[in-house]
Amino acid sequence: MPRALWTHLVKDLRIELRSLDAFVSMLFFSLLVVVLFSIAFDPHGDFSREIAGGVLSVATMFASVSALNQAWAREIRHQVIDAQRMAPTPGAELFLAKVIANFLFVSVVQVILAPFFLIFYNLHIEGQAWLLALVLPLGTWALVGNGIFFAALSIRSRNRELLLSLILFPIFIPALLAMVRATTSILTGDGDPTLWIKLLLGYDIIFTTASLLLFDVVFHAE
Amino acid sequence: MLLTHPTRPLPQLQQTDRMTAPASEADRSVLCARLDGVSKLFGSFAALRQVTVDLEPGRCYVLIGENGAGKSTLLRILAGLLRPSFGTVTVFGGLEPHDARARIGYMSHAPMLYDELTAEENLRYFRSLYPGRACLSPAESLRQVGLDPELNRPLGQYSQGMRQRTSLARVLLSVPELLLLDEPFSNMDIESARQMVELLAGFRQGNRTIVLTTHQREMAAPIADWVFALHAGRLISFEPGRPTL
Repeated sequence: MPRALWTHLVKDLRIELRSLDAFVSMLFFSLLVVVLFSIAFDPHGDFSREIAGGVLSVATMFASVSALNQAWAREIRHQVIDAQRMAPTPGAELFLAKVIANFLFVSVVQVILAPFFLIFYNLHIEGQAWLLALVLPLGTWALVGNGIFFAALSIRSRNRELLLSLILFPIFIPALLAMVRATTSILTGDGDPTLWIKLLLGYDIIFTTASLLLFDVVFHAE
Repeated sequence: MLLTHPTRPLPQLQQTDRMTAPASEADRSVLCARLDGVSKLFGSFAALRQVTVDLEPGRCYVLIGENGAGKSTLLRILAGLLRPSFGTVTVFGGLEPHDARARIGYMSHAPMLYDELTAEENLRYFRSLYPGRACLSPAESLRQVGLDPELNRPLGQYSQGMRQRTSLARVLLSVPELLLLDEPFSNMDIESARQMVELLAGFRQGNRTIVLTTHQREMAAPIADWVFALHAGRLISFEPGRPTL
């Protein structure tokens, strides 16, 4: 791992461990979505398995956006980003470190969320449960990777929080669709989720590569 | 590639004469920075107008002017954080500032540090972003600005003056050849400001160049080789100082 990438990553993890800002807001927000949906639909049996994939994806998406909106807040607050722009290291490493850090935060939230999810939705997984260990990280990476990139793009905008949602959600739709279909397929045991997993993988590779190539331009823009 | 737009003239702006301090020593032959007809527009507002100036190594330049005169914009252009709308900027004998950014230190009004980390953690982080450059250690850098490296408090709990010092320590860390300081004495008591001036005097004697902006001209007087004044984005005077340090 490049040294600067490691440096950025350790810094982001250390700051989050001290403040727990992103983590706590994400956890409570996603728990709220899961509980509210369970009250609204009173899910059980087949119906529960059919909607669970969608609810989990939407809960992850909304929770992540609350953290992604703040992803660059500390860099903007005291112009730390200018000091980072002056450093002779590639901006892509800063981007990748932020993606990895936020990916870890969201993944931890998902792990904590899982038992609540199984209880509130009375879930019994009919398909190959281990495939969820592929689907959820791939979907989360798609969301976080794009989110960090577009959050950086909208840094200089006054309505940056609104702008992020407006740009991110439409671009995330293919990945969201693949994540929901694959999760539902695994939970119900109907159909083969492989195609959707491949789609997620392709989406991640394309968008991560594009973001890495373009990030320096966004980062050094005035 | 130089930052220039030769086909886009700016007719309403007047061309100023080149303002250059006399280079008397052989080691001053390579200019530290050169601004040639630099203008900066933000929309229709001209923050800088046709600024032309040569900066020699080992000198301290003090930039004065009222609020909105364009001092910070000039520093940000020299730092490579802004590109001029017109004109060219080169540093260290022909490089673009962005390409030479490892050799430039920039301190702004804001501390440019993380509140959640201690001073030592902040400096360790920024030091790692300068691979291959002979940087000071965080402890050395903090001692230079008169701070205790053992102080184990998040920066958010520091006073404004201490943050300002830590910010200077961050800039000194990479041992820059061109030091750009935006209002370095603000939020500082007189004694701390005097100590900072002494520190900067030592820095200048190492043949490094300092450009600083200030409203407290008398504070910077002991190290000012040249004082230049900006008014409404235009360079209106360039006078020799009377450095005593």
